[in-house]
Amino acid sequence: MSTGIFDIIGPNMIGPSSSHTAGALRIAYLAGRLIHGGAKKVEFTLYGSFAHTYRGHGTDRALLAGVMGFAPDDLRIRDSFHIAQERGLQYSFRIDTATEVPHPNTVGITLSGADGHSVHVTGVSIGGGSVRLRELDGVEIDLSGEYDTIVVKQYDKPGVVAFITRTLSESGVNIAFMRLYRENRGKIAYTIVEADQPIHRETVRTIFEHPDIVAARRITPREEADR
Amino acid sequence: MKTNTTTAAKILEVSRQLGLSLPEVMLRRERELNETPPEVVYEKLRVAYGIMRQAVEESLKEPHKTMGGLIGGEARKLAKYRAAGKNLCGETVSRAICYAMGVLEVSASMGLIVAAPTAGASGVLPGVLIALQEQYDLTERQMLDALLVASAIGVVAAENSGISGAAGGCQAEVGTASAMAAGSSVYLMGGSPEQCFAAAGLAIQNMLGLVCDPIAGLVEAPCQARNAAGASNALVSAELVLAGVPEVIPFDEVVEAARQVGHALPESLRETALGGIAATPTACRLAEQTGCGGCHGCG
Repeated sequence: MSTGIFDIIGPNMIGPSSSHTAGALRIAYLAGRLIHGGAKKVEFTLYGSFAHTYRGHGTDRALLAGVMGFAPDDLRIRDSFHIAQERGLQYSFRIDTATEVPHPNTVGITLSGADGHSVHVTGVSIGGGSVRLRELDGVEIDLSGEYDTIVVKQYDKPGVVAFITRTLSESGVNIAFMRLYRENRGKIAYTIVEADQPIHRETVRTIFEHPDIVAARRITPREEADR
Repeated sequence: MKTNTTTAAKILEVSRQLGLSLPEVMLRRERELNETPPEVVYEKLRVAYGIMRQAVEESLKEPHKTMGGLIGGEARKLAKYRAAGKNLCGETVSRAICYAMGVLEVSASMGLIVAAPTAGASGVLPGVLIALQEQYDLTERQMLDALLVASAIGVVAAENSGISGAAGGCQAEVGTASAMAAGSSVYLMGGSPEQCFAAAGLAIQNMLGLVCDPIAGLVEAPCQARNAAGASNALVSAELVLAGVPEVIPFDEVVEAARQVGHALPESLRETALGGIAATPTACRLAEQTGCGGCHGCG
């Protein structure tokens, strides 16, 4: 992807660091979209440089703000601990300086929803506010969140992937990238589709209603207008 | 003619062949790249410039308590010094360094800024642009066009060398920001597109090899003062070019040299806080006070 004007004059963000503040928020934002009905409880584990310098970069506040859907330029990031308490969102931080991680800016996030189900992701902040999700519930993935995205958890059976792509194309969505990840053959698999157009709620619901699909979540590249 | 180019030579060629100014080339390029129409680009630039102005104003209103506590109150000190008529630097440079320091202060206190090109170098461009606007009564539209010129320079640096301190040291962050501000200054003073890139090239040459060694790993010191240095270097570089000092090395070659120098820097001098100023005994003591997790860089 070629660099545009607003990759240079931007992002507009709460300081002090594009990787440790804005990037951390982006990871948590993406993670927060993967839990149905929103998170009630979240546990963060900070590794590498995040573990060493989180306090002075407000990484902890930014992570919590991201789970709540705040944009990187939202001044409420400063007060995210307080706002999370008001909203009844439980949070905890674990600092792990012992585990060796491939990327210095790494965070693990476990989110639990109201109905007790939980999701675990690992994300890395790769610079300039750009991020990647690298792991989802123990499965290695690669997700940038820069496109309209749908993440589907499914039984690894014939026809499921075809059903997903057919449903998307029937709703007028053009697929930019698509990847399939699985734990073991014939068990659980994940389909991640990054698209050129917004994926509508109804499309996600149609996909979710398929009997072999366990979960379907969409991610919009723009933070929810939660202000 | 395709304007989605990523070298200074190509951008200047497009500008010459189609008779377009640098802002016009960038507007066409953005439309090709992201289908963004010019009016939307200007609206987004207006918002960005507004945030830059607001950050400067906030820093002058009151001292800010930063997250790491290593800096705070510098912009007001500089403004007071200037108001007392004691400044050595002359009005434009004095304002530019004051505002550049102020934006970093706001950023370090979790305030709103524009990463241009990064958060760590976010003071340079607003410092120079707002100082010039005040000194020369420039219109908002001129300032937004100056941001477009800055983006042209930043795009070339980002595509061909990189703009992260972790990859290329401070020369990639404050060095690039300084180049962007130098080119913008030349544009605002009526220089040609070629002169804009010439000043940008000089600015990077003057900062080549600058290491990234933040105390306690925080974007506070020596980052803040380096933003002031980047702002003054931008104005110095612009003045050299506007006075007719010839460009010796073309911008694209300077950017390639910066890339190679960045790669040659040891990891300890690329944002790891393991070398340079960050590894001095005083910096290590300060790091302990800020609650730094202990990376063993301070041995």
